[in-house]
Amino acid sequence: MHPVKRTGLIFFPAFDWAISPTHPEREERLLYTQDQVFEEGLLDYENISEYKPGLAGTDDINRVHICVPDASAVCTESHLISAGGAITAADKVLRGDVDNAFALVRPPGHHAMRVVHGARGFCNINIEAIMVEYIRRHYGHRKIAIVDTDCHHGDGSQDIFWHDPDTLYISVHQDGRTLYPGTGFPNETGGPNALGYTLNIPLPPETSEEGFLFALDNLILPVLEDFKPDIIINSAGQDNHYSDPITNMNFTAQGYAILTDRLKPHIAVLEGGYSVETALPYINVGIILAMAGIDYSFVKEPDYNPAALRQDPEVTAYIERLVPALYDQWRQRGSLKASSDAGTFERRSRSIYYDTDNIHEEQIESVRICDECGGVVTIDSMASTGNRIFAVIVPGRACAACRREGEAIFAATKSGDVYRYVYLQDRDRDVFTRK
Amino acid sequence: MILGIDVGGTHTDAVLIEGRDVLEKVKVPTNSDNLGGSLLEVAEQLLGTAGSRYPERVVFSTTISTNAIVQDAVSTVGMILANGPGIPPSYITTDENARFVSGYVNHRGIIVVPVDRREVEVIAKSFHKKGIANIVVAGKFSTRNPRLELDIDDIVGSRFAHVSLGHRMSGNLNFPRRVATTYLNAAVWDIYRNFVDVVNAFINRFGKRFPVYILKADGGTLEINRSADYPAQTILSGPAASVMGILSLADCVEDAVALDIGGTTTDIALFADGVPLLEPRGMTIGKYKTLIRGLRTRSIGIGGDSAVRFEHGGFVIGPHRLGPAAAFGGPTPTPTDAMIVLGLTSPDGRRKAEKALEPLAARAGVSLENAAREIFDETCRHIARAVTAMIEEVNAQPVYTIHELLEGKVLRPTVLHVVGGPAEPMAPRIAEYLNCRAEIPPHAEVANAVGAALARTTTELTLLADTEEKTLTIVEEGIRIPISSGFSREEAAEICLDRLRERALAMGAREEDLELEITEDQSFNMVRGFYTAGKNIRIKAQVKPGLIAGVERGDPSCTR
Repeated sequence: MHPVKRTGLIFFPAFDWAISPTHPEREERLLYTQDQVFEEGLLDYENISEYKPGLAGTDDINRVHICVPDASAVCTESHLISAGGAITAADKVLRGDVDNAFALVRPPGHHAMRVVHGARGFCNINIEAIMVEYIRRHYGHRKIAIVDTDCHHGDGSQDIFWHDPDTLYISVHQDGRTLYPGTGFPNETGGPNALGYTLNIPLPPETSEEGFLFALDNLILPVLEDFKPDIIINSAGQDNHYSDPITNMNFTAQGYAILTDRLKPHIAVLEGGYSVETALPYINVGIILAMAGIDYSFVKEPDYNPAALRQDPEVTAYIERLVPALYDQWRQRGSLKASSDAGTFERRSRSIYYDTDNIHEEQIESVRICDECGGVVTIDSMASTGNRIFAVIVPGRACAACRREGEAIFAATKSGDVYRYVYLQDRDRDVFTRK
Repeated sequence: MILGIDVGGTHTDAVLIEGRDVLEKVKVPTNSDNLGGSLLEVAEQLLGTAGSRYPERVVFSTTISTNAIVQDAVSTVGMILANGPGIPPSYITTDENARFVSGYVNHRGIIVVPVDRREVEVIAKSFHKKGIANIVVAGKFSTRNPRLELDIDDIVGSRFAHVSLGHRMSGNLNFPRRVATTYLNAAVWDIYRNFVDVVNAFINRFGKRFPVYILKADGGTLEINRSADYPAQTILSGPAASVMGILSLADCVEDAVALDIGGTTTDIALFADGVPLLEPRGMTIGKYKTLIRGLRTRSIGIGGDSAVRFEHGGFVIGPHRLGPAAAFGGPTPTPTDAMIVLGLTSPDGRRKAEKALEPLAARAGVSLENAAREIFDETCRHIARAVTAMIEEVNAQPVYTIHELLEGKVLRPTVLHVVGGPAEPMAPRIAEYLNCRAEIPPHAEVANAVGAALARTTTELTLLADTEEKTLTIVEEGIRIPISSGFSREEAAEICLDRLRERALAMGAREEDLELEITEDQSFNMVRGFYTAGKNIRIKAQVKPGLIAGVERGDPSCTR
């Protein structure tokens, strides 16, 4: 028997919000989950408490994102509630009201990147990232690990924490060569000051319980053991399920429950998962039971058939090669760093497509290579909406040199002809300025 | 003229009432060994005073079912449970007569695994062997599709004296609560059936028929013969009687707090726009969490006779009562003694009260008067804090739409209605702490009986329509009929209200008392692939808890 844990549940199905009437992200999405959770009587358990979500504020969003032109223009109340729900989950855990919490909220957020011109991958703002920076600001925790178990690579979360060595971002997902957003390969390991702290585990289509749990036991858990985070967050996407309509994996409700049980996240936040009727009710009940330390062995989909979901030996062989290689890569992360170019800037240019809103963005991002902190970052971003902006991001625990450099660049960059707006996001002092 | 009787734990209150005018009132000790007998004795006494007039109705609030459960004096029940995947069976019940079967229904109301006739037959035989006469048939999601429960009933039901079916108890989701509720219903069925027979025999003696109603936990009534198969509904009607009493004696139209301050405990209830709030998931009785619809009340361990101590530099009131107030020969100082010393209540026993408080005052290092003042204030503050906590809990209740979250009703009571022994002295002070206006209704001492007498018949109904499956389910009635794929939410609402009206009339409601309202109205597009496969419509409607017509607010016969 597992020890019983006090578990907080922030349940917000937003029954009056959809991207469009037949969009996967629609009113019906958590309907049957709610039915199952209510019918199982989960809210009657002494150790499970339900909480109303709070509303995220503009400050919470500006601590993470550069919204163009501003936060209120890119998100609606539904996004504020879903980010607010994640924050409520964090508050309940960090104040000690509960041992762990699950924000079962929508819409999701892990495809929302640092700069936001609109919605991509059904996401406008990154609710976990907002929660992570909220935790740092209000509770002072430094080392935070995010384990993203959504079937899609969490390219937004990766982007936001790319240069942050204090945030370990691990994403396990369907191989980007076969699924949106087409990223999340092993060689994406983080910016020059945070090499290795982004860890991508792309699994082949039709990976079953066996493959996911192999990666969990032989890679994710040992890496977490090394990193020793203060807090573990699970971006609990549920679209690895064998019945999900927009992905190709073979994971199960039992698998999700076992994964949650072993991972022991302090906070889980719902991400994707669109098999609303045949998967979500069972996965969510499994996750809640696992978090609360209640026997989940009877949670099974009505059509669950282990024989049909047996993993192809080729898939098994692939994963058994991939996982040790990635673990080696993690262990050698210190040597990934090139000879010190401290003080110089490294840049990357990217094209970003916002599929949900059909916006194209061209971005040039530069980071100051720094041995003392995550490094000051500048972003020059131009979107097909006609908006071009420039942003300076001073990292948390910024060193004096990066701060000086960042402030100087911000002072020297004018808004007007070239840039519609110039932003300064000072994460260290929690100041956000736009000119 | 209406006869209302409330059999409470210690007292039985009875009133004869016309409009809202109390003609006669009686208060006698309850004989807990013969609840039915003592109730009818009081009825006979009051009906005697009415001379040749017969009441147009009689309403009882009784603790018969409640006591049977609390004292575990219930029948042995066999349970056939269809649980399906999810929570392990051992978490639902560990009753030795519970049997889990393989058939089950999913959240959509689709029978995933049908009933295994042989399995059910074997279980029925084993119950027979044990001499079990009452059984329960309850399934997970039977409120989405009652067919599976009905199938089991069809196979073995006729072999037992009584079968309680899960979906008849409530249209709400919560399988463990459904099991507990259905169990309690079957467990008190015999004892309650017997009570109904005794009442019917009593009424027949008068040679004239007048309807008899039973008060339910939700503050509504149910015709007694209709209640015979649903005794669980009559559990915990006591607090409901008190709340309905306040509703009928006070002019309650706004957000309000009702307090019933007793010797040992104080009961708190809340009104939103004059309508009493219901417990969101159902009533709890002892170890049983149920789906029984009931008024939301909280009982706290503080009252006029609570023991007062001085601890850690302050006065602590309750939660125990060690006896009556010191003024009346009790063993410890109490808030009542403080009120006597302060001259807030009748000065009987003042000397004794002072003597009991003196050591406390000495320990606190203050004058007797100041000690009494502080005890009184702390008692009122303590109650006010509990009220505030309950209001906060209501306002923190989760909601599931953006509209409700941003614009939902926030409860902000402006009036405090107080009944009970120390109501007069305490009401103004508590009201001050709550920033409310205090009101003490007349006839407060028999409020419970008045509440029972004037409560209207209530019921609720749940309707589900699935236009992909092309079925309409009227849950509490166990009806499932085909519909067309174009069936609309408007049609669903109309059918739900019509059926609710019929149901309420069948349960004893009068046409003029029917205040119907839709409490839940949802329609979801079910999208499969990128096409809308159908609509999932969910409607719930109720007869609002309230008073019978003719005695409502503004009625000329009851202006005071």
